Amino acid sequence: MTSLKPIAKIASALPVSGIRRFFDIAASMQDVISLGVGEPDFVTPWSIREAAIYSLERGQTSYTSNWGLIELRRAISEHLEQLYQVSYRPEDQILITVGVSEGLDIALRTILDAGDEVLVPEPCYVSYKPCISLAGGIPVAVETTAEEGFRITAQKLEAHLTSRTKAILLGYPSNPTGATMPRSLMEEIVRFAEAHGLYILSDEIYDRLTYEGEHTCVPSIKGAFERTILFNGFSKAYAMTGWRIGYICAPSDILATMMKIHSYTMLCAPITGQKAALEALKGSEPQVLDMVEQYSQRRRVIVNGFNQIGLDCHMPAGAFYAFPSIASTGLSCEDFAERLLYEQRVALVPGTAFGAGGANHVRCSYATSIDKIEQALARIKCFVDQLKTPTARI
Amino acid sequence: MKDESAREEKRCEVLNILARDGRATAEAIAKQTGRPVDEVKSLVSQYESDGVIKRYNAVIDWEKAGFDKVTAFIDVRVVPARDVGFDAIAGRIARFPEVRSVWLVSGGSDLRVVVEATNLRQLANFVAEKLSTINGVTGTVTHFQLRRYKEDDVLYLEAEGNERLVISP
Repeated sequence: MTSLKPIAKIASALPVSGIRRFFDIAASMQDVISLGVGEPDFVTPWSIREAAIYSLERGQTSYTSNWGLIELRRAISEHLEQLYQVSYRPEDQILITVGVSEGLDIALRTILDAGDEVLVPEPCYVSYKPCISLAGGIPVAVETTAEEGFRITAQKLEAHLTSRTKAILLGYPSNPTGATMPRSLMEEIVRFAEAHGLYILSDEIYDRLTYEGEHTCVPSIKGAFERTILFNGFSKAYAMTGWRIGYICAPSDILATMMKIHSYTMLCAPITGQKAALEALKGSEPQVLDMVEQYSQRRRVIVNGFNQIGLDCHMPAGAFYAFPSIASTGLSCEDFAERLLYEQRVALVPGTAFGAGGANHVRCSYATSIDKIEQALARIKCFVDQLKTPTARI
Repeated sequence: MKDESAREEKRCEVLNILARDGRATAEAIAKQTGRPVDEVKSLVSQYESDGVIKRYNAVIDWEKAGFDKVTAFIDVRVVPARDVGFDAIAGRIARFPEVRSVWLVSGGSDLRVVVEATNLRQLANFVAEKLSTINGVTGTVTHFQLRRYKEDDVLYLEAEGNERLVISP
């Protein structure tokens, strides 16, 4: 018998997510306060759940159009027009996907040839670089720093530009840093992309969770529309992570190709989730604003808490993550996270899980109650104080 | 103008926090809203003296605490009095300690009254001897509460589980 041939090199070379290891440790422990969760602690608002139940009662359990329900695409089109004055045709410029994750995957597979490079500001969401690799591309990390508020500039991107550069992948407001991009800075990025014929992939899943200033919707910038693929979805603003409904907006010629891949690999997003998403757009604005207000309050509590403990933390303007520096402790972020988990039972994620640019930082989600945040801060303070006085520990 | 509306927003935010948790301290509210403690303190006392904040009380599940309570919703038809309309009679009804709420409503009756008592007899006595005998009351329809599902924004249902992963991307 001949030994089994090896699996694909590209797949086996993928790194295991840095989040995974901590998940395994934390899941085996009791009484852990988790600041490691990348999803809202709110349950999907009842009106949305009720609409989904009603659709099931009526027996709406079939496939939908590959594109997704036309009513939902119309509602998304109106929603974007209203919020950002950007116009996408529901018929052929909006595609409903299984979360932004699927959208990102098919977009990268659509635009990349083997060896094409994609500029990715770091720290960034854990999936960006693996998805680029899986599509045959080469992720090129462009480091952003706390001093710059983790914002990217055209100048920084330019330094990593080569003849193989094909696209820029942006995710603002940012998971893990909470950074947002002011319009003027984003305009420079668009000018840069125009000058070099680059696509812009803009993951704006946290757009509604913007607490200071206004969210910059990339395709609303002059010159951006024809080169931008916009990703968004329902997970964060409507607390609908488990429903797995996202969408892509793009010029019709590019979207037609993405639609081919989607039709062969996914067929369509689940109908119950699409019905729920439709209700979310129709009638959940008060609940969204209420959640945003509470996130913003928690944000102030956690950021001030970190700064008081002596862990420098910039005030994030969006998403629901604080990204404090732990450099003052002298520990690496992995050691910090691991020891904090074992010694004080607080789970958070080391910054390196989001790229080398995240070293010396930890990601702390404040999508949890104020009460839990206060308790976690007390435990972290205890941990940091012990580090300062090692002789007190025997 | 913009300043004005920003301040309005902050005011409402403070009320939202207190509506969720009446025990939130000025310090906690200041931390959450990014306002100075003194400002929050004076804002809250302003609310209190203006009667915007009526009082702070705990929401208690008396049944769970082991106390018997009978609640009834009573539709009352009345003859409005000259000059004062429904106000005088509504005021008379509202002052009874058994009465939890009184509203003037549209529809088949005029006033809707919520009455709470420790047992059925006590409640029946209240309706027969106190409420029905008020001058101007022409009729009552009493609905007893059989089960409570939600009251004042609090659900009395089985808790909803939302088991999130401890760590997720």
